[in-house]
Amino acid sequence: MSAVTPRAMGQALDRLEGADKVRGLAPYAFEHPVPHPAYLSAVRSTVATGEIVGIDCSQASAQPGVLAVLTHLNAPRLGTDDGELRILQSGDVAFRGQFVGGVIAETSEIARHAAGLVRVEYRERPHDVDLESSRERGQLRVPQQTMALFPMDIDKGDVDSALASAAVQVDCTYRTAWYNHNPLEPHTTIARWTSDGLTLHVSTQHPRGVQTTVATAFRLEPDQVRVFSPHVGGAFGSKGPRHSDVILAVMAAQLVPDRPVRFALTRHEMFTQTGYRTPTIQRVRLGADTDGRLTAVSHESIEQTSRLKEFAEHATRATPTVYATPHLRTRQQLAALDLPTPVIMRAPGECPGMYALESAMDELAIACGLDPVELRLRNEPDTHPLDGLPFSSRNLSACLREGARRFGWESRDPTPRARRRDGWLVGTGMAATTYPTLRLPGSKVTIRVTPDGRHTVLMAAVDIGTGTRTALTQVAADALRVDLAQVELRLGDTAYPPAAPEGGSAGITSWGATICEGADELRRRLAADHGGTVPAEGLEVTVDMPENPHLKQYAMHAFGAQFAEVRVREETGEIRVPRQLGVYAVGRVVNPKTARSQLIGGMTMGLSMALHEASLLDPRYGHVVNHDLATYHVSSNADVGTVEAYWIEEDDPYVNPMGTKGIGEIGIVGAAAAIANAVHHATGVRIRELPITLDKLLPYA
Amino acid sequence: MDTEITLRVDGADHRLTVDTRTTVLDALRERLGNTSPKKGCDHGQCGACTVLLDGQRANSCLALAVAHDGAEIVTAAGLATDGELHPMQRSFITHDAFQCGYCTPGQIVSAVAMLQEAAAGWPSAVTFHPADGTDGGADAGPVDLAADPDEIRERMSGNLCRCAAYANMVPAIQEVARS
Repeated sequence: MSAVTPRAMGQALDRLEGADKVRGLAPYAFEHPVPHPAYLSAVRSTVATGEIVGIDCSQASAQPGVLAVLTHLNAPRLGTDDGELRILQSGDVAFRGQFVGGVIAETSEIARHAAGLVRVEYRERPHDVDLESSRERGQLRVPQQTMALFPMDIDKGDVDSALASAAVQVDCTYRTAWYNHNPLEPHTTIARWTSDGLTLHVSTQHPRGVQTTVATAFRLEPDQVRVFSPHVGGAFGSKGPRHSDVILAVMAAQLVPDRPVRFALTRHEMFTQTGYRTPTIQRVRLGADTDGRLTAVSHESIEQTSRLKEFAEHATRATPTVYATPHLRTRQQLAALDLPTPVIMRAPGECPGMYALESAMDELAIACGLDPVELRLRNEPDTHPLDGLPFSSRNLSACLREGARRFGWESRDPTPRARRRDGWLVGTGMAATTYPTLRLPGSKVTIRVTPDGRHTVLMAAVDIGTGTRTALTQVAADALRVDLAQVELRLGDTAYPPAAPEGGSAGITSWGATICEGADELRRRLAADHGGTVPAEGLEVTVDMPENPHLKQYAMHAFGAQFAEVRVREETGEIRVPRQLGVYAVGRVVNPKTARSQLIGGMTMGLSMALHEASLLDPRYGHVVNHDLATYHVSSNADVGTVEAYWIEEDDPYVNPMGTKGIGEIGIVGAAAAIANAVHHATGVRIRELPITLDKLLPYA
Repeated sequence: MDTEITLRVDGADHRLTVDTRTTVLDALRERLGNTSPKKGCDHGQCGACTVLLDGQRANSCLALAVAHDGAEIVTAAGLATDGELHPMQRSFITHDAFQCGYCTPGQIVSAVAMLQEAAAGWPSAVTFHPADGTDGGADAGPVDLAADPDEIRERMSGNLCRCAAYANMVPAIQEVARS
């Protein structure tokens, strides 16, 4: 692995597709112009669990303009065993809101109206949707596996003895809510069956994944399925794994061959059909000596999954990485409930987990009478606390110090509820943040060069708003050692070589390393076969993502420190966050402009998590009650104050040829803890359940 | 039931037949192929569908097309004239005031309309209750957006951005307000 010399990398370029996006001309999946489209509207179960005993489509079918009605009685048998995707295979209902049918019509208005005319009769069964009482009822189980790459349960040393004998102890339970991703662009599909196969326009983080999933489900060869995803209007994890909406759209298109069928989930449906972040109940126990040095850490997380499919979010994943401790334990347990299946959401694991751990660290700092920054500095490990591997680079201490300096932390009086300004209680808080530097398998790239020096780089990667199109072009230019103007990067089409999913902050690492390998191969071929000159017919190479020889030698993680100022209205409990500041150590920053947007976007989503967001379940019916953007509040412009993101110079020769560590997720990690800790500093009240809303503070007014 | 209406969209006249249930947003996107305004919620809650409807910003998903026969509509695509981006569009690019771009056309239309509203002296909640604790009021005259980012934050809060580019939108809009 040879390092790439930065020329284009490091430039704060505007987004390449900016001029299209500001005019609304960049086409998202649903908007692709297609001839004579039909429209699909879904029919969803109105019971949480049960069985369909009767279904009457006569009224719907009789509507002028209705082309077909889809139910479990006429749906094709699917070739997948994925419980979430196996819709319309029987009359069984596994959760409220599950697809039980669909109407295909000439217009969206007709389809929607007719979908409401499909009469479905159910025999209901009792349902269980209660995570909180699952533990008492003995309904918890250990997951088969959490998300890959990291051990699920960890035991190091003797945690129980160490906790019992610790001079200072913290034992607290924290709760995070059910969160929905809610990208502004809904999950959308255009599906068209022709004699040649299936053409799909899908809003996805993984075109190749859609291709193989749909091919398997409908018993096709992958090359019979072509997937286009040129622009994606946000995703945050929900568009990573495939969901049943794509299946329903393809089923519908099968009923009207040759006609493109357009299907966009409604915002209501987005709360049920596209996954969500599981609520968590996390118990964190910390033991420390009187100097604040950790002697034991125990972190247990209880989460939910569905009965259709197991998904476990590894909320404890970051815990072994952050602090030195001789005794360490992590545990995960799951309740399988009659609910939709949760899924990855921005920084799965680290995001809820570091909220709990970093809140507990704040409580420990107070218990020890130590400054929270100093407490963290005292617990810096020399090597990875679990396996003793050296870090490829680790600059948490530098981020803590630089963050404290920029934020003005040094003058902080630790006394809670001690500052009042114009009726507001004022406080500040901080938290550490981390995210692993991941690489995801499955990428190839094709690079073509022509005698005029133009390079075309082809891979079925996607830009979901992260700035990939721009940053990856910068990587390609440097890898190829040419000017930006000589590189054209084409993404979002499965006709190009497959690419690993967009996720895990691993896009630039996985795709970029593949492009660097392709550039090396192109140079080798030019030198060996063509004397260093591009032949008249041009030259093309295709390569796989290379191995990283350092993977087993080093622990690879990004780090950072987040700070927040909070004001709480003393009489009403209203909470405002006038300032957030983060300093990160994330390796090389490819494009400072888009990178900063990623970081402040993550921090703001963390503010949203801390104060606003929660999907509220009605246990009687098993559905999210506030399933829209008026009542599921995501931060709006007026909720957000100053958000500052900085990074320190960090040179990491081991992570990949670019030296990048991933930036899409670390901004949300720790943001909620920094705000929760600031709320405590402002009010003296520790709220251990997100979101922190004014009703939770009012009793202490 | 279908009915025939005319719409003037981004300077061009269109005669079209719409279902009486068709919204202005769907008329633009599905009938006229103008997908500049986006559908984020279809409930008037996210602002992605914002257009200028007879000169004022409106959620086009909440307006029935049949009720706006003869209306003049400007989308973000129509703000750019003769291939030149509107100053607000240029400022959004320079400040990276968007990521995925899906809310962006709505944000930009909203921002352009908001500048006019502030210049005309329309108050906001912040105008009545400024952060400095002084008395605001409805008849205070034009509002200086460049000098008061809280006014921008308040007036732009009908347009959600899940990528959360707010902290870049505010200076992007301030810069245009200044010029």
